[in-house]
Amino acid sequence: MRTLLRQIGLIAGRSLVRTARRPGTWIPPLLFPLMLMAINSNGLRAATHLPGFPTHSFLAFFVPFSFLQGALFASGIAGTDLARDVDTGFLNRLALTPVRGASLLIGQIGGAVGLGAFQALVYLGIALAAGVHIRAGVGGALLILLLAVLVAAGFGTLGLFLALLTGSGEGVQSTFPLLFFLLLISSMNLPRNLIEVAWFRDLATANPVSYMIEAIRSLVITGWDAQALLLGFGFAVTLIAASLALAARQLRVRMART
Amino acid sequence: MARAAQGIEVEGLVRRFKQVEAVAGIDLSISPGEIYGFLGPNGAGKSTTVHMLTTLLPPTAGRATVAGFDIVKQGPRVRASIGAALQEAALDPFLTGREHLRLGSSLHGIGGVRRKELIERLLDRVGLTQAGDRKVRTYSGGMKRRLDLALALIHDPSILFLDEPTTGLDPQSRSALWEEVARLARDEGVTVFLTTQYLEEADVLADRVGIIDHGRIVAEGTPRRLKAEIGRSTVEVVPETPDELERLRTLLRRFGDETAARPGAFAVQLDGNGALRDVVRALDQENVHAAEINLHQPTLDDVFLAKTGRTLEGAEEE
Repeated sequence: MRTLLRQIGLIAGRSLVRTARRPGTWIPPLLFPLMLMAINSNGLRAATHLPGFPTHSFLAFFVPFSFLQGALFASGIAGTDLARDVDTGFLNRLALTPVRGASLLIGQIGGAVGLGAFQALVYLGIALAAGVHIRAGVGGALLILLLAVLVAAGFGTLGLFLALLTGSGEGVQSTFPLLFFLLLISSMNLPRNLIEVAWFRDLATANPVSYMIEAIRSLVITGWDAQALLLGFGFAVTLIAASLALAARQLRVRMART
Repeated sequence: MARAAQGIEVEGLVRRFKQVEAVAGIDLSISPGEIYGFLGPNGAGKSTTVHMLTTLLPPTAGRATVAGFDIVKQGPRVRASIGAALQEAALDPFLTGREHLRLGSSLHGIGGVRRKELIERLLDRVGLTQAGDRKVRTYSGGMKRRLDLALALIHDPSILFLDEPTTGLDPQSRSALWEEVARLARDEGVTVFLTTQYLEEADVLADRVGIIDHGRIVAEGTPRRLKAEIGRSTVEVVPETPDELERLRTLLRRFGDETAARPGAFAVQLDGNGALRDVVRALDQENVHAAEINLHQPTLDDVFLAKTGRTLEGAEEE
């Protein structure tokens, strides 16, 4: 166990360092959700007048989406970095060391998780500075950060699976619009009960991303909502577990050392 | 420094990729401390063999032991005994040389003061002490290859696999790397398995050479023996004036069989009765003036040609 943790630390350290040294890969993913937050919280402010809208502040309503969007962007880094390692042979270099597959996968998402945590802190700070009040208090804010990190880890691991499956950065990036589509067909702009178009409401209801957004939203707007939190954390953990299982299986194919 | 008492033993190793047989049943026996050159054109099966012997790719059939450990059943023990610099220096452009070595040594469980000393020693050995804190993306091709070699040596392996280590390097970097590889085998008793498509590299470095083509070993032996096996030296003479060509032809035929020559020149493959000095003496005695005399010794390319019917360069273009 000690060896596993040490190896995870080493791989995660490398992942964080290489992410931090490439501002071009993390500044746009940090800024784009902020821009969307600024535009939507002003442009869609009228939605707060809808009967049944849970808050008077569209910023408070919309800010959880930024956490998810940031996490999704961050996840791309884990996938493309691993794809590059496959392509350059660095994965083979690691395979020749005593590193375990689990250490490799968990450590490899270190950059995405670190960036996810940093983004979440920035978004939370900006939201608080803009007057958003976290109803669940300091404990709720910490839980928001935790969920943001879990979501970044979940999408990050999915990125690893795609990298191992395709072996190319282009392969990972080509799936990004599909993942972004999942964000768009969620309850990002309206609570599900206020979505009038039935098919869209059904898609948003079937979409796990909606529940991750709603878990964060509940902590910001409602306070402590056990059901929302259970669903949000449940889907985030399920995403991590499912992606990890897929990535581990694919790693055995890609790194077929005896 | 304790070195493995066993080198590399390979029996009927095969690797198929669907319908393609990349390695078609090779046998090898490499002694500890030996530099073995594995020569062949691109796609001949060199890298696939290295990947199998370094446990990165399971063989389809056959068996092999590296440092006495079975490559299929004892993968982790094989990896603990070997170092490998595979094709294209696999480095992270955003890490420094020193960070690469720190990561590599830590993953091998080397820590503390020992790790620090080891890193400094290896950087010094490959001439990268000054550049150790620079990011790898600023390194030249030769510097990357040297760092690659340092990484392969980080856990003090007894067997070293070098897969085309000098491809793309300038002559100076190439000869520096040759020197270090030769020193490792000579002074530290490291067994070196070196794949290359450069004839000169195999000729200069290797104690023995195996020539692989289409997944099969077509020739094996010391470079000298292989070259001696396929033939004799060729002497080609260009006469000072074209009207001397006929006399030159008559004279040279006494020393061997006619062979292909450049226009305006005449060449013979020297038989047992003649050496270059005899040819020169005869030219002088019979007053045939030569503008140019060339002695062509058999090369490994001639060996490749004799064994496969193609030149190595021609095989590359296929």
